[in-house]
Amino acid sequence: MAWYVDRAARILVFIGGISAIVFIVGIFVFVTKEGLDFVIGPLNLGEFFTSIAWRPTSNNPTYGALALIVGTASVTGFAMLLSVPLSLGAALFIAEFATGKTRETLKILVEMLAAIPSVVWGFVGMSIMNPLIIQIFDVPVGLTVLNAGLILGLMAAPIMTTIAEDALKAVPDTYREAAEALGATRWEVIVKVVIPASKNGLLAAVLLGVGRGFGETMAVLMASGHAINLPTSPFDSVRALTATIAAELGDTVQGGNHYGSLFALGILLFVVTFVINLTADIVVRGIRKK
Amino acid sequence: MVDGNGAAEVANGAVGPLYDAAPIIEVQDLSISYDGKTALQDVTLDIYRHEIFGIIGPANSGKTSFLRALNRMEAFNLGMEVRGSVSINGKNINDWQNEYALRSRIGVVFPLPVGLPLTVYENVAFSPRLRGIRKRAQLDEVVERCLTRAALWDEVKGRLDSLGSLLSGGQQQRLTIARALSQEPELLLLDEFSIAIDPVTTMRIEDVLKELCGELTIVLVTNLVQQARRLADRTAFFLMGELVEIGATEDLFEGKVKDERTTGYIEGRFG
Repeated sequence: MAWYVDRAARILVFIGGISAIVFIVGIFVFVTKEGLDFVIGPLNLGEFFTSIAWRPTSNNPTYGALALIVGTASVTGFAMLLSVPLSLGAALFIAEFATGKTRETLKILVEMLAAIPSVVWGFVGMSIMNPLIIQIFDVPVGLTVLNAGLILGLMAAPIMTTIAEDALKAVPDTYREAAEALGATRWEVIVKVVIPASKNGLLAAVLLGVGRGFGETMAVLMASGHAINLPTSPFDSVRALTATIAAELGDTVQGGNHYGSLFALGILLFVVTFVINLTADIVVRGIRKK
Repeated sequence: MVDGNGAAEVANGAVGPLYDAAPIIEVQDLSISYDGKTALQDVTLDIYRHEIFGIIGPANSGKTSFLRALNRMEAFNLGMEVRGSVSINGKNINDWQNEYALRSRIGVVFPLPVGLPLTVYENVAFSPRLRGIRKRAQLDEVVERCLTRAALWDEVKGRLDSLGSLLSGGQQQRLTIARALSQEPELLLLDEFSIAIDPVTTMRIEDVLKELCGELTIVLVTNLVQQARRLADRTAFFLMGELVEIGATEDLFEGKVKDERTTGYIEGRFG
């Protein structure tokens, strides 16, 4: 009997494990299949990466994605500028300084923050941040890199905080005790022992945040202004890769050039995410080996 | 029960000239409890300069708690409450505003070796760096001296840049001793240091400790009665939070005890 259970459990677990690979490969194949004809056919790669003219519905369509790439990068970069220090600080406070009830309450609150739907964040960006930015900075439009970056930063912060806090908590207390016994202050222990010991996890947390920012669609669509534009300041509106796909895909003819061009953006997103993860993996392995 | 005067008598009577008149540690009515549960009750004793002071007793008798109280590590245990007074060099340890400065003068070796996640070199250079030593040559000198004194230099001199946690258990424990010595402590607290290492390494470390007591004072908590016999000048016997007896180690082991329980424990009738 136990043997059957063991067998069944092994098979079920195997299916679970293998499904991750199946889905990844499946998505990759699907996205590539839909976009590849367009990429090797009508698409001019030089134009795609250097032109900002994204006019897929024009009579004489052009597919310059530079503005979208820069849009995504600027919003994500701005978001990270805000959320990396914020979340690492929060994680340090929760893991190293807070005790008892404070700690538990904070953890629950942070996890609740992570559960807020992105459309709600988009709503906050549109109806609260927008007028605030217009008022405070005296600018004509509030749906900008600044707005989307702030929103995205706040969205990415909880998940980064949670992962970073787990990484810090995984450092055994014996290290802290030993270092404090050597006369190190709390802060010295954190800087010289805890952070170096948990840098893999902290890096993973940051990269997860970057991935979150990169992939976020709805909030960015609502808060960024969705205007094709190379931003020169945080007060410019931009348009993101993801938002473009979400906003335009419904209006396309399946198999048409516009449809294909959106899948080309999808392939780009996929490749970038893959490269980020791969880099993280290599860096983490490198650290581990030492 | 023996009080502080008793300890002084033993010290002055049995091995008198060895000790300075003033004790380095004076413990008065020390009680420790965890969340209201008593771990140590009304301990009063003195520890003298340049002695090895052994503490024996079965598990849960308050030995480790006693050590932790000496360098104010209670901040690390929520719910650990310390009453009574501990003075080091005549100054109550609670009068130190900066407990980190206090701890930096006390070396601690834990039961299980804790190689910090740093290289061998950085493990030993950690405390000197905290004190503000920056010059490489000076650090090199400290690292070599401390590793040599901990009987580890010959084994690791070729791999100072590999992670301390990659050393064997016995080597790591000597690394922690080297690290404790790098603090240039007046006081070295050892908590069952041989629990995770082999007998040969244990003997090597014991030899090191014997040499060291010329320069500093050692408090040695051990669950090995014979280790106390080999090393300690005086030994205290803790039982279930009570200081049963304190005396010259020789006397205790020759049966010159004030409390029969001491002989009982030493001879292994309970424990």
